[in-house]
Amino acid sequence: MSATGIGAAVRRKEDHRFITGQGRYTDDINRPGQTYAYFLRSPHAHATLNRIDAKAAATMPGVLGIYTGEDLAADKIGGLICGWMIHNKDGSPMRAGSHPALAQGKVRYVGDHVAVVVAETLAQARDAAEAISVDYGVLPAVVDTASAASSKTQVHAESADNTVFNWHLGDKAATEKAFKAAKHVTKLDLVNNRLVPNPMEPRAAVGDYDQGEGAFTLYTTSQNPHVARLVLSAFIGIAPENKLRVVAPDVGGGFGSKIFIYAEETVCVWAAKKVGRPVKWTSDRTEAFLSDAHGRDHVTHAELATDADGKMIGMRVKTTANLGAYLSTFSSSVPTYLYAPLLSGQYDIPAIYCEVDAVYTNTAPVDAYRGAGRPEATFVVERLVEIAARELGKDPAKFRMQNYIKKFPHQTPVIMMYDTGNYAASMKKALEIIDYKGLAKRKRDSARNGKLRGIGFSSYIEACGIAPSAAVGSLGAGVGLWESAEVRVNPVGTVEVLTGSHSHGQGHETTFAQLVSDRLGIPIENVSIIHGDTDKVQMGMGTYGSRSGAVGMSAIAKAVDKVIAKGKKVAAYVLEADEADIDFKDGNFHVKGTDKTLDFGSCALQAYIAHKFNGQDLEPGLKEGAFYDPTNFTFPAGVHICEVEIDPETGITRIERWAAVDDFGIVINPMIVEGQVHGGIAQGVGQALLEGARYNQDGQLVTASFMDYCMPRADDLPSFDVGMTVTPCPSNPLGIKGCGEAGAIASPPAVINAITDALGHEEVTMPATPQVVWRAAQKSIKRMAAE
Amino acid sequence: MATVSLTVNGKAVTANVDPRTLLVQLLRENLRLTGTHVGCDTSQCGACVVHLDGKAVKSCTTLALSVDGATVTTIEGLAVNGVLHPMQEAFREHHGLQCGYCTPGMIMAAVDMVSRRGHSLDEATIRDDLDGNICRCTGYHNIVKAIAAGAEAMGKAATPTRKAAE
Ligand code: FES
Ligand code: FES
Repeated sequence: MSATGIGAAVRRKEDHRFITGQGRYTDDINRPGQTYAYFLRSPHAHATLNRIDAKAAATMPGVLGIYTGEDLAADKIGGLICGWMIHNKDGSPMRAGSHPALAQGKVRYVGDHVAVVVAETLAQARDAAEAISVDYGVLPAVVDTASAASSKTQVHAESADNTVFNWHLGDKAATEKAFKAAKHVTKLDLVNNRLVPNPMEPRAAVGDYDQGEGAFTLYTTSQNPHVARLVLSAFIGIAPENKLRVVAPDVGGGFGSKIFIYAEETVCVWAAKKVGRPVKWTSDRTEAFLSDAHGRDHVTHAELATDADGKMIGMRVKTTANLGAYLSTFSSSVPTYLYAPLLSGQYDIPAIYCEVDAVYTNTAPVDAYRGAGRPEATFVVERLVEIAARELGKDPAKFRMQNYIKKFPHQTPVIMMYDTGNYAASMKKALEIIDYKGLAKRKRDSARNGKLRGIGFSSYIEACGIAPSAAVGSLGAGVGLWESAEVRVNPVGTVEVLTGSHSHGQGHETTFAQLVSDRLGIPIENVSIIHGDTDKVQMGMGTYGSRSGAVGMSAIAKAVDKVIAKGKKVAAYVLEADEADIDFKDGNFHVKGTDKTLDFGSCALQAYIAHKFNGQDLEPGLKEGAFYDPTNFTFPAGVHICEVEIDPETGITRIERWAAVDDFGIVINPMIVEGQVHGGIAQGVGQALLEGARYNQDGQLVTASFMDYCMPRADDLPSFDVGMTVTPCPSNPLGIKGCGEAGAIASPPAVINAITDALGHEEVTMPATPQVVWRAAQKSIKRMAAE
Repeated sequence: MATVSLTVNGKAVTANVDPRTLLVQLLRENLRLTGTHVGCDTSQCGACVVHLDGKAVKSCTTLALSVDGATVTTIEGLAVNGVLHPMQEAFREHHGLQCGYCTPGMIMAAVDMVSRRGHSLDEATIRDDLDGNICRCTGYHNIVKAIAAGAEAMGKAATPTRKAAE
């Protein structure tokens, strides 16, 4: 392994600009003549829009334009879309209510977009927005997930019972049979708490219109600028794709929330033509809480059937998923195809049946948030399995190992064909790291200090790099999930790689360059990675679902291989040899069995000057592109073990130890991969202990700032012990599985299993705040006293 | 409008601002020093931390007019003559950043932490002292390592300060 090659902990190329304050985020971009947009948002969760009077506001200083849903409709700007069709059990399509970028006739959640003011300064736009008078006909709000379908209030006319779809997966009859044959059935009711993604950079947009060209440019905080352009063009109707450029420059974290096509970005780019000047909007944090797509929000009942030997024989799950007031871009896929197919976990379970009802409520739209469906599935599976082990009096590690899938490939009863894995290896390594043998003593020590200590396991599996495109198409996806790459070699042998993946913290500029430098045998400094601009990169699907390594890098590898193949042809002419006799190794083309060589840079120069070959026989130049569509999902898996100590007097839970052993297949840069695991765990611990978006009965978001919504801070978390096992992924040429979401998927059940182990009962909800844990601990103390 | 004069990263600047202008707006919008970020509106996240007369402050909660005559250092002014500050180096070396959005505030807060609490910082001290800064990407693991290493490096290197360089 070279110092910068595959497997090396190369320090990040992108860091210099970030640590010196030279990053370029959307809000750092200022266009000449720029104006500012401010959105007037609904203060009500549910109301008719009877009248919007902006006369007085329009005359206020600096105001350039005030627009409402009517103006968008007059310009034939379409509504926001949901790009994944789900069908009901009876085969009928889901009920998608219309989703105008600026409300028409009705507002459906607090923060919904009533009007936009464009003014010379942000302060002027905000002042004018306050002067707009809106006559709202306030309606009762539907807020609660579990009861939304039985509410008398209707969020959308398209759905009488607030139901988006009733969907199911699996073999119901086979599952019923398994439960009839069961020796023991474990039952669980749980709530997967609603979260707000909160990347530290709030969403932002700068819309620009070039009158001479009749072309728009949108600078925006996007994880997938090409998908944004596709939707804004083909569905919303801003402009044809060749007249619409979308640029996603440095993006300060996404975690899913910047995948989606939102109202504000749409309105900014449209309004740029309206006012004839660039229009900028930057979300403040409260707006982010109100209007970024939220995550999770499930209510679930689940059961696990085991036989007399403790073998898992069946699972059934019934979930209600809250999708909020409108269907966000990929919302419908999250509680369906990204959820139920993961319910087999790492276990050999012959029969599984899952039903999902998705509901509308008067709350912010819910869509993919780090893990997207897979954390919800893992929480169900790993809580059920842990409780089953306790009920059966089995060691939770051994019970898991007994039921692990051991032969691959393995077809689960819920779509997935797991390609490879070695689950027991991860478990054994994690047990060592956490010092499982020493647990009993640590528990006694804690008890001596009046504390309760517990351990919690989580054997998670996830599905990344969702593909092949034809397969996801058959499940309802509106897009293909391949990736593209172009490798441009300059005449001096430096290389520009254009990728459809997008980096918003993942370090692609480093890992992608590692791959290319490794394959071409050229210094890593000679490789530049270009992404995030639809004018530069022809097409791409962006970054989410841990797909950039498995899919994005595979596309790059494919294009690099084409470059090498072309280089061999050039070298054959230059070295006057047969193409079949040319080898490429360590940056040199050479003629087998001779000492004749041509280094990569010289080959590039020869390809461009084209003096040594006839342009009719071989095209000049050295540039290749590739589209790569994988053969299967990838299946990263691992074991996380969390050890907590609880102070029953205060309810404070301290995480004392964390062992994470993950199998991500081949790892390009372990430093970056470990960083992804750390960040993921922190978000999962946030869900388990601290975070929860709360709406009151009227649909007011009462957790709309960092004062009210508890983000994990440095002193809420421990350092993590991260280890790895490796089974290379057979579904892509690089053997990569993906690592971006594992931590967030694995960690919530590990924490809750540890807390419930410490407390000796299962009645703990997320977030397990000190108040929740203190109450639960009082119950434990009472029970202990009674025993 | 009112006039405010101050020294930013060693340069004297004067700006004409609306009285409600915040220091972070003055830096980002008037001076185009966009390295200082805004991550919240309740003074919770620390993305906006700069040094005001040598002490860390949240520039999102500081009125521009209130710093008339003061000396401000932002992330852009931390490296001297192109040489990175040891804390900047430490963040890169220890992978203390991912998306980079919280990073300027983290680094400015970390340098201030060292000046208040010394060069030998243990994990608990760093975690406790960092409670004014939020990072959503890193889980803090590597930020903590970076700060400990940066603090030590600041002690070893006769850290070039802006004053010394002038
Ligand atoms: S922007 Fe200053 S504390 Fe968040
Ligand atoms: S590195 Fe992204 S918020 Fe800290």
